[in-house]
Amino acid sequence: MKIELAQVSRWYGNVVAVNDVTMTIGPGVTGLLGPNGAGKSTLLHMMAGFLAPSGGTVTLDGTQVWKNHHIYRNIGLVPEREGVYGFLTGWQFVLSAAKLHGLPNPAEAAGKALATVEMEEPKDRRVETYSKGMRQRVKVAAALVHDPPVLLLDEPFNGMDPRQRMHLMDLIRSMGTAGKTILFSSHILEEVERVAQQIEVLVAGRHAATGNFREIRRLMTDRPHLFKIRSSDDRKLAAALILDSSAGGVTLGPDGLDVQAAEFRRFAHLLPRVARAEGVRLHQVSPADEDLESVFSYLINRST
Amino acid sequence: MNTVVAGITYRALLGRRRILLLLLLPLGLIGLAILLRVVGSADQRSAVLLMDTFAIATMLPLLGLIAGTGVIAPEIDDGTIIHLLSKPISRPVIAGTKFLVAASVLGLFAAVPTYIAAWLLVRNEDGIAFGFAIGVLVAGIAYAAVFLLLGVITRHAVAIGVIYALVWETLVGTLIQGAQKFSIQQWGQAIAAQLSDSPFVDAKVTLGFAVPALIIVTVGAVLWAGLRLRTFSLTGDE
Repeated sequence: MKIELAQVSRWYGNVVAVNDVTMTIGPGVTGLLGPNGAGKSTLLHMMAGFLAPSGGTVTLDGTQVWKNHHIYRNIGLVPEREGVYGFLTGWQFVLSAAKLHGLPNPAEAAGKALATVEMEEPKDRRVETYSKGMRQRVKVAAALVHDPPVLLLDEPFNGMDPRQRMHLMDLIRSMGTAGKTILFSSHILEEVERVAQQIEVLVAGRHAATGNFREIRRLMTDRPHLFKIRSSDDRKLAAALILDSSAGGVTLGPDGLDVQAAEFRRFAHLLPRVARAEGVRLHQVSPADEDLESVFSYLINRST
Repeated sequence: MNTVVAGITYRALLGRRRILLLLLLPLGLIGLAILLRVVGSADQRSAVLLMDTFAIATMLPLLGLIAGTGVIAPEIDDGTIIHLLSKPISRPVIAGTKFLVAASVLGLFAAVPTYIAAWLLVRNEDGIAFGFAIGVLVAGIAYAAVFLLLGVITRHAVAIGVIYALVWETLVGTLIQGAQKFSIQQWGQAIAAQLSDSPFVDAKVTLGFAVPALIIVTVGAVLWAGLRLRTFSLTGDE
Protein backbone atom coordinates (compact mmCIF):
# COMPACT_ATOMS: atom_id res chain seq x y z
CA MET A 1 0.00 0.00 0.00
CA LYS A 2 1.05 3.57 -0.62
CA ILE A 3 0.75 6.69 1.48
CA GLU A 4 0.65 9.76 -0.69
CA LEU A 5 1.15 13.29 0.50
CA ALA A 6 0.30 16.00 -1.97
CA GLN A 7 1.39 19.54 -1.13
CA VAL A 8 0.72 18.95 2.54
CA SER A 9 1.07 21.86 4.91
CA ARG A 10 0.21 22.26 8.52
CA TRP A 11 0.35 25.44 10.51
CA TYR A 12 -0.52 26.39 14.06
CA GLY A 13 -1.54 30.02 14.06
CA ASN A 14 1.40 31.82 12.49
CA VAL A 15 3.81 28.93 12.96
CA VAL A 16 4.33 26.67 9.98
CA ALA A 17 5.12 23.14 11.18
CA VAL A 18 4.98 21.39 7.80
CA ASN A 19 5.43 23.33 4.60
CA ASP A 20 4.24 22.08 1.21
CA VAL A 21 5.46 18.49 1.46
CA THR A 22 4.85 16.10 -1.41
CA MET A 23 6.06 12.53 -1.04
CA THR A 24 5.00 8.95 -1.62
CA ILE A 25 5.76 6.25 0.89
CA GLY A 26 5.69 2.84 -0.75
CA PRO A 27 6.47 -0.73 0.31
CA GLY A 28 9.77 -1.20 2.13
CA VAL A 29 11.26 0.76 4.99
CA THR A 30 11.33 4.54 4.78
CA GLY A 31 13.09 6.66 7.36
CA LEU A 32 11.79 10.14 8.10
CA LEU A 33 14.91 11.98 9.20
CA GLY A 34 15.14 15.43 10.67
CA PRO A 35 16.24 17.37 13.72
CA ASN A 36 13.91 17.81 16.69
CA GLY A 37 11.19 20.27 15.87
CA ALA A 38 11.46 19.71 12.11
CA GLY A 39 7.83 18.62 11.88
CA LYS A 40 8.38 14.86 11.73
CA SER A 41 5.74 14.07 14.32
CA THR A 42 3.32 16.52 12.76
CA LEU A 43 3.79 14.85 9.38
CA LEU A 44 3.45 11.38 10.88
CA HIS A 45 0.31 12.36 12.76
CA MET A 46 -1.22 13.57 9.50
CA MET A 47 -0.36 10.24 7.85
CA ALA A 48 -1.95 8.41 10.80
CA GLY A 49 -5.21 10.37 10.70
CA PHE A 50 -4.52 12.17 13.96
CA LEU A 51 -4.13 15.63 12.51
CA ALA A 52 -5.88 17.46 9.70
CA PRO A 53 -3.60 18.98 7.07
CA SER A 54 -4.08 22.75 6.84
CA GLY A 55 -3.52 22.38 3.12
CA GLY A 56 -3.01 19.50 0.68
CA THR A 57 -4.14 15.90 0.97
CA VAL A 58 -2.96 12.73 2.67
CA THR A 59 -4.28 9.52 1.16
CA LEU A 60 -3.76 5.81 1.68
CA ASP A 61 -4.11 4.00 -1.63
CA GLY A 62 -6.32 6.84 -2.79
CA THR A 63 -8.62 7.06 0.23
CA GLN A 64 -8.63 10.09 2.46
CA VAL A 65 -6.96 9.46 5.83
CA TRP A 66 -8.46 12.28 7.93
CA LYS A 67 -11.76 11.52 9.70
CA ASN A 68 -11.75 7.97 8.36
CA HIS A 69 -11.51 5.29 11.04
CA HIS A 70 -11.59 2.52 8.42
CA ILE A 71 -7.94 3.22 7.57
CA TYR A 72 -6.90 1.57 10.83
CA ARG A 73 -7.66 -1.83 9.34
CA ASN A 74 -4.58 -1.19 7.20
CA ILE A 75 -2.47 0.97 9.48
CA GLY A 76 -0.59 0.07 12.62
CA LEU A 77 0.53 3.08 14.64
CA VAL A 78 3.27 3.20 17.25
CA PRO A 79 3.03 6.66 18.83
CA GLU A 80 5.99 8.31 20.48
CA ARG A 81 4.28 8.94 23.78
CA GLU A 82 3.90 6.04 26.18
CA GLY A 83 0.23 5.51 25.43
CA VAL A 84 -0.02 2.21 27.24
CA TYR A 85 -2.46 1.50 30.07
CA GLY A 86 -0.19 0.80 33.04
CA PHE A 87 -2.82 -1.24 34.85
CA LEU A 88 -3.12 -3.81 32.06
CA THR A 89 -0.67 -6.65 31.60
CA GLY A 90 1.20 -6.80 28.32
CA TRP A 91 -1.01 -9.68 27.28
CA GLN A 92 -4.24 -7.84 28.12
CA PHE A 93 -3.04 -4.76 26.27
CA VAL A 94 -2.22 -6.60 23.04
CA LEU A 95 -5.32 -8.78 23.34
CA SER A 96 -7.48 -5.67 23.71
CA ALA A 97 -5.97 -4.35 20.48
CA ALA A 98 -6.83 -7.63 18.73
CA LYS A 99 -10.40 -7.47 20.02
CA LEU A 100 -10.79 -3.80 19.10
CA HIS A 101 -9.83 -4.80 15.57
CA GLY A 102 -12.55 -7.44 15.68
CA LEU A 103 -10.14 -10.22 14.71
CA PRO A 104 -11.68 -13.69 14.44
CA ASN A 105 -9.14 -15.23 16.80
CA PRO A 106 -7.85 -12.44 19.05
CA ALA A 107 -5.91 -14.67 21.47
CA GLU A 108 -3.96 -16.32 18.68
CA ALA A 109 -3.19 -12.97 17.04
CA ALA A 110 -2.08 -11.45 20.35
CA GLY A 111 0.18 -14.42 21.08
CA LYS A 112 1.75 -14.18 17.66
CA ALA A 113 2.34 -10.43 17.94
CA LEU A 114 3.95 -10.79 21.38
CA ALA A 115 6.18 -13.55 20.05
CA THR A 116 7.25 -11.31 17.16
CA VAL A 117 8.60 -8.70 19.58
CA GLU A 118 9.96 -11.35 22.01
CA MET A 119 7.69 -10.30 24.83
CA GLU A 120 6.17 -13.68 25.68
CA GLU A 121 8.00 -14.16 28.94
CA PRO A 122 6.97 -10.89 30.70
CA LYS A 123 3.52 -10.75 29.09
CA ASP A 124 1.65 -11.43 32.35
CA ARG A 125 3.25 -8.55 34.19
CA ARG A 126 1.55 -5.17 34.38
CA VAL A 127 2.80 -2.73 31.78
CA GLU A 128 3.72 -0.22 34.52
CA THR A 129 6.45 -2.61 35.70
CA TYR A 130 8.05 -2.67 32.24
CA SER A 131 11.19 -0.83 31.19
CA LYS A 132 10.86 1.79 28.47
CA GLY A 133 12.12 -0.64 25.85
CA MET A 134 9.62 -3.29 26.89
CA ARG A 135 6.77 -0.79 26.69
CA GLN A 136 7.97 0.17 23.26
CA ARG A 137 7.91 -3.46 22.16
CA VAL A 138 4.46 -4.04 23.60
CA LYS A 139 3.26 -0.99 21.67
CA VAL A 140 4.78 -2.46 18.51
CA ALA A 141 3.04 -5.78 19.24
CA ALA A 142 -0.31 -3.99 19.64
CA ALA A 143 0.27 -2.13 16.37
CA LEU A 144 1.13 -5.38 14.56
CA VAL A 145 -1.63 -7.54 15.97
CA HIS A 146 -3.87 -7.22 12.91
CA ASP A 147 -0.93 -7.73 10.53
CA PRO A 148 -1.39 -4.33 8.85
CA PRO A 149 0.20 -3.64 5.47
CA VAL A 150 1.27 -0.19 6.73
CA LEU A 151 3.18 0.52 9.91
CA LEU A 152 3.95 4.01 11.21
CA LEU A 153 6.42 4.42 14.06
CA ASP A 154 7.24 7.72 15.74
CA GLU A 155 10.81 7.75 17.11
CA PRO A 156 10.61 4.00 17.86
CA PHE A 157 14.19 3.60 19.08
CA ASN A 158 14.06 6.32 21.74
CA GLY A 159 14.84 4.97 25.18
CA MET A 160 15.76 1.49 24.01
CA ASP A 161 18.99 -0.17 25.06
CA PRO A 162 21.36 -1.24 22.24
CA ARG A 163 20.21 -4.86 22.23
CA GLN A 164 16.51 -3.97 22.08
CA ARG A 165 17.29 -1.40 19.42
CA MET A 166 19.09 -4.00 17.33
CA HIS A 167 16.18 -6.38 17.69
CA LEU A 168 13.59 -3.83 16.65
CA MET A 169 15.77 -2.81 13.71
CA ASP A 170 15.94 -6.43 12.55
CA LEU A 171 12.19 -6.73 12.94
CA ILE A 172 11.51 -3.56 10.96
CA ARG A 173 13.93 -4.62 8.22
CA SER A 174 12.36 -8.05 7.89
CA MET A 175 8.84 -6.61 7.72
CA GLY A 176 10.04 -4.18 5.06
CA THR A 177 11.53 -7.05 3.08
CA ALA A 178 8.21 -8.88 3.41
CA GLY A 179 6.58 -6.04 1.49
CA LYS A 180 5.00 -3.98 4.22
CA THR A 181 5.02 -0.21 3.94
CA ILE A 182 6.93 1.01 6.95
CA LEU A 183 7.70 4.57 7.92
CA PHE A 184 9.61 5.54 11.03
CA SER A 185 10.85 8.89 12.21
CA SER A 186 14.21 9.57 13.80
CA HIS A 187 16.63 12.41 14.38
CA ILE A 188 19.65 10.10 14.23
CA LEU A 189 21.19 9.51 10.81
CA GLU A 190 22.94 6.28 11.86
CA GLU A 191 19.65 4.76 12.97
CA VAL A 192 17.95 5.65 9.76
CA GLU A 193 20.67 4.45 7.44
CA ARG A 194 20.91 1.10 9.22
CA VAL A 195 17.24 0.29 8.69
CA ALA A 196 15.76 2.34 5.89
CA GLN A 197 16.17 1.76 2.18
CA GLN A 198 14.60 5.10 1.48
CA ILE A 199 15.24 8.27 3.45
CA GLU A 200 13.12 11.40 3.46
CA VAL A 201 14.75 14.37 5.15
CA LEU A 202 12.57 16.98 6.79
CA VAL A 203 14.10 20.25 7.94
CA ALA A 204 12.14 23.15 9.40
CA GLY A 205 8.92 21.67 8.06
CA ARG A 206 10.26 21.34 4.52
CA HIS A 207 11.05 18.25 2.53
CA ALA A 208 14.79 18.89 2.20
CA ALA A 209 16.07 15.74 0.55
CA THR A 210 15.04 12.31 -0.61
CA GLY A 211 17.02 9.25 -1.62
CA ASN A 212 18.68 6.10 -0.39
CA PHE A 213 21.16 6.30 2.46
CA ARG A 214 24.19 6.56 0.18
CA GLU A 215 22.77 9.61 -1.51
CA ILE A 216 21.83 11.23 1.77
CA ARG A 217 25.18 10.40 3.37
CA ARG A 218 27.00 11.94 0.43
CA LEU A 219 24.89 15.08 0.66
CA MET A 220 25.79 15.39 4.28
CA THR A 221 29.54 14.75 4.16
CA ASP A 222 30.38 16.48 0.91
CA ARG A 223 29.16 19.80 2.11
CA PRO A 224 31.53 22.62 3.18
CA HIS A 225 32.75 22.19 6.74
CA LEU A 226 33.94 24.92 9.05
CA PHE A 227 36.91 24.12 11.32
CA LYS A 228 38.33 26.12 14.18
CA ILE A 229 42.08 25.57 14.44
CA ARG A 230 44.58 26.76 17.04
CA SER A 231 48.23 26.13 16.44
CA SER A 232 51.72 27.26 17.36
CA ASP A 233 51.85 29.52 14.29
CA ASP A 234 48.39 30.33 12.91
CA ARG A 235 49.64 32.76 10.22
CA LYS A 236 52.10 30.29 8.76
CA LEU A 237 49.54 27.50 8.76
CA ALA A 238 46.94 29.76 7.11
CA ALA A 239 49.32 30.63 4.32
CA ALA A 240 50.11 26.98 3.67
CA LEU A 241 46.50 25.79 3.77
CA ILE A 242 45.15 28.37 1.36
CA LEU A 243 47.42 27.01 -1.36
CA ASP A 244 45.30 23.88 -1.56
CA SER A 245 41.93 23.94 -3.29
CA SER A 246 40.21 21.94 -0.53
CA ALA A 247 40.48 24.97 1.77
CA GLY A 248 37.82 27.33 0.48
CA GLY A 249 38.59 30.21 2.78
CA VAL A 250 40.77 30.98 5.75
CA THR A 251 40.12 33.68 8.34
CA LEU A 252 42.87 34.64 10.74
CA GLY A 253 41.53 35.82 14.09
CA PRO A 254 42.96 36.62 17.50
CA ASP A 255 42.01 33.21 18.85
CA GLY A 256 42.95 31.02 15.91
CA LEU A 257 41.97 30.17 12.39
CA ASP A 258 38.57 29.58 10.86
CA VAL A 259 38.95 27.37 7.83
CA GLN A 260 36.17 26.71 5.40
CA ALA A 261 36.86 23.26 3.96
CA ALA A 262 35.29 22.83 0.54
CA GLU A 263 35.97 19.10 0.37
CA PHE A 264 35.77 17.37 3.69
CA ARG A 265 37.76 14.23 2.98
CA ARG A 266 40.56 15.89 1.15
CA PHE A 267 40.93 18.60 3.77
CA ALA A 268 41.00 16.03 6.57
CA HIS A 269 44.01 14.43 4.89
CA LEU A 270 45.63 17.73 3.99
CA LEU A 271 45.69 19.43 7.38
CA PRO A 272 48.05 17.12 9.29
CA ARG A 273 50.42 16.83 6.30
CA VAL A 274 50.66 20.60 5.87
CA ALA A 275 51.15 21.19 9.58
CA ARG A 276 53.95 18.67 9.66
CA ALA A 277 55.66 20.02 6.56
CA GLU A 278 55.54 23.56 7.92
CA GLY A 279 56.64 22.53 11.37
CA VAL A 280 53.49 23.94 12.94
CA ARG A 281 52.13 22.28 16.06
CA LEU A 282 48.34 21.86 16.10
CA HIS A 283 46.77 22.63 19.49
CA GLN A 284 43.15 22.31 18.59
CA VAL A 285 41.12 21.24 15.56
CA SER A 286 37.39 21.35 16.07
CA PRO A 287 34.54 21.28 13.61
CA ALA A 288 32.51 24.40 14.26
CA ASP A 289 29.24 23.25 12.78
CA GLU A 290 29.24 19.52 13.23
CA ASP A 291 25.90 19.41 15.05
CA LEU A 292 23.03 17.91 13.16
CA GLU A 293 21.21 21.23 13.03
CA SER A 294 23.87 22.76 10.81
CA VAL A 295 24.04 19.66 8.63
CA PHE A 296 20.34 19.99 8.08
CA SER A 297 20.41 23.73 7.60
CA TYR A 298 22.99 23.18 4.88
CA LEU A 299 20.58 20.82 3.20
CA ILE A 300 17.71 23.23 3.43
CA ASN A 301 19.78 26.15 2.10
CA ARG A 302 20.93 23.97 -0.74
CA SER A 303 17.36 23.12 -1.69
CA THR A 304 16.14 26.71 -1.76
CA MET B 1 -21.39 0.15 22.70
CA ASN B 2 -18.06 -1.62 22.54
CA THR B 3 -17.37 -4.09 25.33
CA VAL B 4 -13.57 -3.85 25.08
CA VAL B 5 -13.68 -0.07 25.36
CA ALA B 6 -16.14 -0.39 28.26
CA GLY B 7 -13.95 -2.94 30.07
CA ILE B 8 -10.82 -0.80 29.83
CA THR B 9 -12.78 2.28 30.89
CA TYR B 10 -14.28 0.57 33.94
CA ARG B 11 -10.85 -0.62 35.02
CA ALA B 12 -9.33 2.82 34.54
CA LEU B 13 -12.17 4.49 36.43
CA LEU B 14 -12.62 2.06 39.29
CA GLY B 15 -9.11 0.72 39.64
CA ARG B 16 -6.74 1.64 42.43
CA ARG B 17 -7.65 4.45 44.75
CA ARG B 18 -10.11 6.07 42.33
CA ILE B 19 -12.89 3.89 43.69
CA LEU B 20 -12.27 5.36 47.16
CA LEU B 21 -12.88 8.82 45.75
CA LEU B 22 -16.18 7.59 44.31
CA LEU B 23 -17.14 5.92 47.60
CA LEU B 24 -16.36 8.83 49.87
CA LEU B 25 -19.43 10.99 49.23
CA PRO B 26 -22.05 8.20 49.09
CA LEU B 27 -20.68 6.78 52.34
CA GLY B 28 -20.92 10.28 53.81
CA LEU B 29 -24.54 10.49 52.69
CA ILE B 30 -25.44 7.15 54.25
CA GLY B 31 -23.46 8.10 57.36
CA LEU B 32 -25.46 11.32 57.73
CA ALA B 33 -28.71 9.39 57.34
CA ILE B 34 -27.65 7.00 60.09
CA LEU B 35 -26.67 9.95 62.27
CA LEU B 36 -30.06 11.61 61.78
CA ARG B 37 -31.75 8.36 62.67
CA VAL B 38 -29.63 7.98 65.80
CA VAL B 39 -30.44 11.50 67.01
CA GLY B 40 -34.12 10.89 66.37
CA SER B 41 -34.69 13.20 63.36
CA ALA B 42 -35.73 10.47 60.98
CA ASP B 43 -38.69 12.35 59.53
CA GLN B 44 -39.72 13.44 56.04
CA ARG B 45 -38.53 17.00 56.52
CA SER B 46 -34.97 16.05 57.38
CA ALA B 47 -34.93 13.27 54.78
CA VAL B 48 -35.88 15.72 52.02
CA LEU B 49 -33.44 18.31 53.37
CA LEU B 50 -30.62 15.76 53.24
CA MET B 51 -31.58 14.75 49.70
CA ASP B 52 -31.86 18.37 48.52
CA THR B 53 -28.73 19.78 50.06
CA PHE B 54 -26.39 16.82 50.06
CA ALA B 55 -27.49 14.09 47.62
CA ILE B 56 -28.58 16.22 44.66
CA ALA B 57 -26.77 19.51 45.28
CA THR B 58 -23.37 18.33 46.50
CA MET B 59 -22.72 14.64 45.99
CA LEU B 60 -24.20 14.27 42.54
CA PRO B 61 -22.37 17.09 40.70
CA LEU B 62 -19.05 16.08 42.25
CA LEU B 63 -19.51 12.38 41.46
CA GLY B 64 -20.69 13.39 38.00
CA LEU B 65 -17.48 15.34 37.58
CA ILE B 66 -15.29 12.45 38.77
CA ALA B 67 -17.06 9.84 36.64
CA GLY B 68 -17.85 11.97 33.59
CA THR B 69 -14.40 13.42 33.10
CA GLY B 70 -12.74 10.32 34.56
CA VAL B 71 -13.86 8.08 31.71
CA ILE B 72 -11.89 10.05 29.14
CA ALA B 73 -9.85 13.04 30.36
CA PRO B 74 -6.96 11.06 31.95
CA GLU B 75 -6.62 8.99 28.77
CA ILE B 76 -6.46 12.11 26.63
CA ASP B 77 -3.91 13.59 29.05
CA ASP B 78 -1.50 10.67 29.00
CA GLY B 79 -2.07 9.69 25.37
CA THR B 80 -3.51 6.24 26.05
CA ILE B 81 -6.66 7.25 24.16
CA ILE B 82 -4.65 6.63 20.97
CA HIS B 83 -4.90 2.91 21.68
CA LEU B 84 -8.68 3.14 21.27
CA LEU B 85 -8.78 5.77 18.55
CA SER B 86 -6.30 4.03 16.24
CA LYS B 87 -8.75 1.18 15.72
CA PRO B 88 -11.47 0.72 13.10
CA ILE B 89 -14.21 1.75 15.51
CA SER B 90 -16.32 4.80 14.90
CA ARG B 91 -15.46 7.58 17.30
CA PRO B 92 -19.09 8.30 18.28
CA VAL B 93 -19.33 4.64 19.39
CA ILE B 94 -16.30 5.16 21.63
CA ALA B 95 -17.82 8.35 23.08
CA GLY B 96 -21.18 6.60 23.55
CA THR B 97 -19.55 3.67 25.33
CA LYS B 98 -17.66 5.94 27.67
CA PHE B 99 -20.86 7.82 28.41
CA LEU B 100 -22.64 4.56 29.32
CA VAL B 101 -19.79 3.62 31.65
CA ALA B 102 -19.96 6.98 33.42
CA ALA B 103 -23.77 6.86 33.64
CA SER B 104 -23.76 3.32 35.04
CA VAL B 105 -21.12 4.25 37.61
CA LEU B 106 -23.28 7.18 38.70
CA GLY B 107 -26.28 4.87 38.97
CA LEU B 108 -24.30 2.62 41.29
CA PHE B 109 -22.43 5.23 43.32
CA ALA B 110 -25.06 8.01 43.43
CA ALA B 111 -28.59 6.69 42.80
CA VAL B 112 -28.33 3.52 44.90
CA PRO B 113 -26.81 5.26 47.95
CA THR B 114 -29.47 7.97 47.62
CA TYR B 115 -32.16 5.34 47.84
CA ILE B 116 -30.46 3.67 50.80
CA ALA B 117 -30.01 6.95 52.71
CA ALA B 118 -33.61 8.05 52.19
CA TRP B 119 -34.90 4.58 53.01
CA LEU B 120 -32.92 4.57 56.27
CA LEU B 121 -34.75 7.74 57.28
CA VAL B 122 -38.33 7.31 56.08
CA ARG B 123 -38.47 3.81 54.55
CA ASN B 124 -40.78 4.01 51.53
CA GLU B 125 -42.99 6.82 52.83
CA ASP B 126 -44.58 8.95 50.11
CA GLY B 127 -42.12 7.68 47.50
CA ILE B 128 -39.34 9.93 48.77
CA ALA B 129 -36.60 7.30 48.48
CA PHE B 130 -37.74 6.13 45.06
CA GLY B 131 -38.35 9.64 43.75
CA PHE B 132 -34.95 10.97 44.75
CA ALA B 133 -33.17 7.83 43.56
CA ILE B 134 -34.71 8.22 40.09
CA GLY B 135 -34.13 12.00 40.15
CA VAL B 136 -30.47 11.43 41.00
CA LEU B 137 -30.18 8.69 38.36
CA VAL B 138 -31.62 10.84 35.58
CA ALA B 139 -29.67 13.94 36.57
CA GLY B 140 -26.59 11.72 36.91
CA ILE B 141 -27.03 10.53 33.32
CA ALA B 142 -27.14 14.15 32.17
CA TYR B 143 -24.06 15.03 34.25
CA ALA B 144 -22.21 12.02 32.79
CA ALA B 145 -22.87 13.36 29.29
CA VAL B 146 -21.97 16.98 30.08
CA PHE B 147 -18.76 16.16 31.93
CA LEU B 148 -17.75 13.63 29.27
CA LEU B 149 -18.10 16.39 26.69
CA LEU B 150 -16.08 18.72 28.90
CA GLY B 151 -13.37 16.05 29.16
CA VAL B 152 -13.21 15.81 25.38
CA ILE B 153 -13.23 19.50 24.50
CA THR B 154 -10.83 20.89 27.08
CA ARG B 155 -7.68 19.85 28.88
CA HIS B 156 -8.90 21.77 31.90
CA ALA B 157 -12.06 19.71 32.31
CA VAL B 158 -11.70 19.17 36.03
CA ALA B 159 -11.06 22.83 36.87
CA ILE B 160 -13.95 24.01 34.69
CA GLY B 161 -16.10 21.18 36.00
CA VAL B 162 -15.47 22.14 39.62
CA ILE B 163 -16.36 25.75 38.88
CA TYR B 164 -19.49 24.64 37.07
CA ALA B 165 -20.52 22.18 39.77
CA LEU B 166 -19.86 24.52 42.66
CA VAL B 167 -20.52 27.99 41.32
CA TRP B 168 -23.27 27.41 38.79
CA GLU B 169 -25.11 24.43 40.14
CA THR B 170 -24.69 25.16 43.84
CA LEU B 171 -24.66 28.94 44.11
CA VAL B 172 -26.35 30.33 41.03
CA GLY B 173 -28.68 27.37 40.60
CA THR B 174 -30.06 27.67 44.08
CA LEU B 175 -30.03 31.46 44.47
CA ILE B 176 -30.91 33.06 41.15
CA GLN B 177 -34.43 32.44 39.93
CA GLY B 178 -33.92 32.46 36.16
CA ALA B 179 -30.77 30.40 36.29
CA GLN B 180 -32.57 27.60 38.10
CA LYS B 181 -34.24 26.64 34.86
CA PHE B 182 -30.83 25.77 33.45
CA SER B 183 -29.57 23.61 36.22
CA ILE B 184 -29.30 19.85 35.89
CA GLN B 185 -29.91 19.33 39.59
CA GLN B 186 -33.16 21.28 39.38
CA TRP B 187 -34.27 19.01 36.56
CA GLY B 188 -33.48 15.99 38.74
CA GLN B 189 -35.39 17.65 41.55
CA ALA B 190 -38.42 18.05 39.25
CA ILE B 191 -38.38 14.29 38.55
CA ALA B 192 -38.12 13.55 42.28
CA ALA B 193 -41.03 15.88 43.03
CA GLN B 194 -43.13 14.21 40.37
CA LEU B 195 -42.53 10.72 41.78
CA SER B 196 -42.95 11.63 45.44
CA ASP B 197 -46.14 12.62 47.25
CA SER B 198 -44.35 14.19 50.19
CA PRO B 199 -45.34 17.82 50.86
CA PHE B 200 -41.71 18.61 51.60
CA VAL B 201 -40.49 17.81 48.08
CA ASP B 202 -40.83 20.78 45.78
CA ALA B 203 -39.46 21.65 42.39
CA LYS B 204 -38.59 25.01 40.91
CA VAL B 205 -38.82 23.74 37.36
CA THR B 206 -41.80 22.09 35.74
CA LEU B 207 -41.62 18.51 34.53
CA GLY B 208 -42.58 19.72 31.08
CA PHE B 209 -39.38 21.71 30.93
CA ALA B 210 -37.11 19.33 32.86
CA VAL B 211 -37.68 16.18 30.78
CA PRO B 212 -37.03 17.67 27.33
CA ALA B 213 -34.12 19.63 28.78
CA LEU B 214 -32.55 16.47 30.21
CA ILE B 215 -32.97 14.60 26.94
CA ILE B 216 -31.63 17.43 24.79
CA VAL B 217 -28.62 18.07 27.02
CA THR B 218 -27.75 14.38 27.35
CA VAL B 219 -28.14 13.42 23.71
CA GLY B 220 -26.57 16.66 22.51
CA ALA B 221 -23.53 16.35 24.76
CA VAL B 222 -22.86 12.72 23.80
CA LEU B 223 -23.22 13.44 20.08
CA TRP B 224 -21.00 16.49 20.34
CA ALA B 225 -18.37 14.50 22.24
CA GLY B 226 -18.46 11.87 19.48
CA LEU B 227 -18.00 14.51 16.79
CA ARG B 228 -15.13 16.09 18.68
CA LEU B 229 -13.44 12.70 19.00
CA ARG B 230 -13.69 12.28 15.22
CA THR B 231 -11.40 15.25 14.81
CA PHE B 232 -9.20 14.39 17.77
CA SER B 233 -5.74 15.75 17.00
CA LEU B 234 -2.31 14.96 18.25
CA THR B 235 -0.36 18.16 18.24
CA GLY B 236 2.90 16.62 19.46
CA ASP B 237 5.73 18.51 21.06
CA GLU B 238 6.47 20.64 18.07
